[in-house]
Amino acid sequence: MNTLITILFLVFAVFILVAAIMTVTVKNIVHAALWLISSFFGVGALYLLMEAEFLGVVQVLIYVGAVSILILFAIMLTRDLEGSQNRQLTPRWWIALIVPAALFGILIVPTVMTHAWQLPPLPAGQPPTISGAQQIGTAFIREYLLPFEVAAILLLVAMIGAIVVAFEEREQRRRVLTLAEQVRLRRQQQQQVATLPEPAVSTVQPSEATGSET
Amino acid sequence: MPSMTEAVPLPWVLTLAGALFCIGLFGALSRRNTVGILLGIELMLNAVNINLVAFWRYLEPNVVAGQTFALFVITVAAAEAAIGLAMIIAIYRARQTVNADEVDSLRG
Repeated sequence: MNTLITILFLVFAVFILVAAIMTVTVKNIVHAALWLISSFFGVGALYLLMEAEFLGVVQVLIYVGAVSILILFAIMLTRDLEGSQNRQLTPRWWIALIVPAALFGILIVPTVMTHAWQLPPLPAGQPPTISGAQQIGTAFIREYLLPFEVAAILLLVAMIGAIVVAFEEREQRRRVLTLAEQVRLRRQQQQQVATLPEPAVSTVQPSEATGSET
Repeated sequence: MPSMTEAVPLPWVLTLAGALFCIGLFGALSRRNTVGILLGIELMLNAVNINLVAFWRYLEPNVVAGQTFALFVITVAAAEAAIGLAMIIAIYRARQTVNADEVDSLRG
């Protein structure tokens, strides 16, 4: 039974890490978001394995349900036309690789492995009492009441702030191009590039053509 | 009743969380796309939550403080994601780009 749990943990760990690595390395940002969602799922499964079932459910509800949808919407609203052909990493990405690798190899692993964790001894007979959803609910209306209210106000402020930041006045709103209009625009630009020696002809003709079509 | 505390030693879980944190840090530092930076930050917050839950489970499973802390981290992460993505949309509207290199008005 213990071996089963160990194998499950290793499977979840590999899944989480592979999904995380794909998240930070794939070129297409939509694929990165999808890998991030699978990484969230793996973390939720790990919570379940650690018998924090309420947190596992919250993880799936909030991260997989809400945050990932927000991210996908933001990606779709801010997609540039070239898309995935763009370089995704900064030119000095190897510095960005050295810093986390050094942090992991020099600081985290030696500290975690050499520290003497004073784990409480496992009770021999009876299983240990594990606080579940009921205890969390009780704690939220007793000793954590003030932080709970502060979190509520924080969420309200975040909602109002997000609306204010992303709001656009109706008069200033640009018309969003439909897909057909975008394709026509791109074809027009390509024609302009192709017939660059005679710009007078190429700039007039496509606009006339689009004008007559619309 | 077998549990994870017997089957998996605590340093393994902490190493997993540390690796996840470092991967997220790499993503946040190396991506040019602003949304990609936010993805890295979300990974880092998840790593912190794994740590909190692991310490709760291995050290004080009968006290709710660890899980409560993780819940507050999730709350703040959700608020951060909403504000960050709203800012990305606002920046995109003003500059038609989500590239972090090209948003450099404050450069001296």
